[in-house]
Amino acid sequence: MIDIILLLFLVICGFVAVAMNDLLSTTIILGAYSLIMAIVWTRLNAVDVAFTEASVGAGITTVLIIAALSRTQRMEAQILAGGRSKKYEKYKVKRLLLLMVILVTGGILMYGTIDMPAFGNPNDPANLHVVPRYIKKTYEETGVVNFVTAILANYRGYDTLGETSVIFTAGLSVILLLRRKK
Amino acid sequence: MIEFILAKYNYWIYIVLMMIGFYAIIVKENLIKKIIGINIFQTAVFLFYISIAKVKGGTAPIIWEKAGPYDNPLPHVLILTGIVVSVSTTAVALALIIKIYKAYGSIEEDKILEMKEETVPLSIKGSKKNSEHLTSDSMLYTDE
Repeated sequence: MIDIILLLFLVICGFVAVAMNDLLSTTIILGAYSLIMAIVWTRLNAVDVAFTEASVGAGITTVLIIAALSRTQRMEAQILAGGRSKKYEKYKVKRLLLLMVILVTGGILMYGTIDMPAFGNPNDPANLHVVPRYIKKTYEETGVVNFVTAILANYRGYDTLGETSVIFTAGLSVILLLRRKK
Repeated sequence: MIEFILAKYNYWIYIVLMMIGFYAIIVKENLIKKIIGINIFQTAVFLFYISIAKVKGGTAPIIWEKAGPYDNPLPHVLILTGIVVSVSTTAVALALIIKIYKAYGSIEEDKILEMKEETVPLSIKGSKKNSEHLTSDSMLYTDE
């Protein structure tokens, strides 16, 4: 029951974050959204992912967006609904078309879930391939108690190396973009 | 029927979340709103992966004596990587937005596009005086 309430709360937070006009409020609601997401992941037993999301998603992303807002503008410009301007008419048509695109995409994805294995099914193909081997051999081969750590740093070390180089590149490009010109 | 809904309802909620993010990306004109939409979209995909990893009656993937079947640890690893990469992309995108704001004085996409149509690219305007303006990042400094 609590899972459904949390998921509905996520949807409400996401909706409000997109609908709000004040970008600072949006950012704070996005932080709340990330924290609720971390709680949902704890409920799904993904503890490592949950604390990464709580620190990185709810923490660093919020700080980054607030930093960007302090250098740009806080309010989102509104296209006035009252005036019968040409621009507003154009915007309305565009929005209607894009909403249809979104509905069609959503519908196709919903149709795709019919073939998905049921939630929590142990014989789901995702659980049958390499994972049983990891679970059986991890302690013997690496001596680590936490499977996630063992796979992240040992079996899939190159993945983590790639991730680190992505962070390095991102940091480098942020510095290059924001440095002051002399 | 009720069994079918109970087995699938969380996938539908992820799709709703994803479409909220998608709406923000393609309909909103504000660039920071778009970044927020991308964030919502990404977390919806992460949630989908994590819920695939769940096994009925499973425990967290950490070895202890009383553990039953373990949840699938592999999607957790992939998503740990994904979260960090998503923050890096957000950081680069926000840095670009700050640059755009410096150059155009606006973070609304429609206004920026209007301004771009009106003005001649700076590199062409400046090229008569000296070739310094032809460097790649001179496009972004309008106030020089």
